Amino acid sequence: MIIAEKKPIEEIIQEVKDFDRILILGCNECVTVCEAGGKKEVEVLASVLRMYFMNQGQEKTIGERTLERQCDHEYLEEIRNIIDDYDAIVSLACGVGVQFAAEKYLTMPLLPGVNTICLGANEDRGLWTERCQACGTCVLARTGGICPVSRCAKRVLNGPCGGSTNGKCEISKDTDCAWQLIIDRLKALDKMDDYEKVAPVKDWSTDRAGGPRTVTREDVKI
Amino acid sequence: MRLKIPTNFRIIRLPCTGKIDIIHILRAFEKGADGLYVVGCMEGDCHFNEGNFRARKRVEQAARMLDQVGVGGERVKMYNLSSGEGPLFAQYSIEMVNKIKQMGPSPIRLAKERMKQKADAA
Repeated sequence: MIIAEKKPIEEIIQEVKDFDRILILGCNECVTVCEAGGKKEVEVLASVLRMYFMNQGQEKTIGERTLERQCDHEYLEEIRNIIDDYDAIVSLACGVGVQFAAEKYLTMPLLPGVNTICLGANEDRGLWTERCQACGTCVLARTGGICPVSRCAKRVLNGPCGGSTNGKCEISKDTDCAWQLIIDRLKALDKMDDYEKVAPVKDWSTDRAGGPRTVTREDVKI
Repeated sequence: MRLKIPTNFRIIRLPCTGKIDIIHILRAFEKGADGLYVVGCMEGDCHFNEGNFRARKRVEQAARMLDQVGVGGERVKMYNLSSGEGPLFAQYSIEMVNKIKQMGPSPIRLAKERMKQKADAA
């Protein structure tokens, strides 16, 4: 899922201070699971902002709404009838949701309430770690299900670099060397032969190098 | 036991302090509460293992937020005691009430009163 982190309250206050009627818009999907922008976080942020502005002697209307998703037309349409009641929206969705809402409501200022971090997994309570960089050409079949693109700092595709020591990466003692993990897993799978195969030059045009990416599926189009 | 405790606080019962959420604390202040304290079981004695630890974390987070908005994080506090410690409960309630009295009314309550006066005058 998409992992996001709450923006500091001070930053959000700076973003919204010039608006009188603000809608805090949450998203029920990824940001709810990573506890950054779901219904609960909407309630907390709205309460904090109300108290802050009340304390400053400013009367502001702060509304709360959480949509099923902010990356689909039908859910974003749900706020069309209330949008004129507000001067700005603070979206707690990931960057996708903020932009999609901004595209839909052209004249409404859309402000991000979270920082979108990565595509990751919930490794432990309160710990989310990156697993995928959406490079567009998946190599996991060959690497024992461990991604050298997202988990190796250098994205090397043919074994570890010289910075790998005792299974850790040179960038941090807390970061596993992705290639160490891959080799351990290939050994466990008894597929070390795969390690000997030289990976061809990866097609990075499907990554960001090719510009913004699009998926078109004629079979599901109406 | 018939212990004397202050009358100016309201007890809200929870099945476990682990039930408390940050929003419950914030809403109390938004509605004009001057202070709030959470009384959980002794650390390590939680029937649900970590309910009181979760509560403590949430109280700390709420305190940070209250600091950030200028209400004052010291207005919220977490205490731990066992169900057999009635006198300690009374002592904590006196301690908290005295502390809040010293700090004075919550700025939110004062702001709400000012807004009401302004609205009445208009």
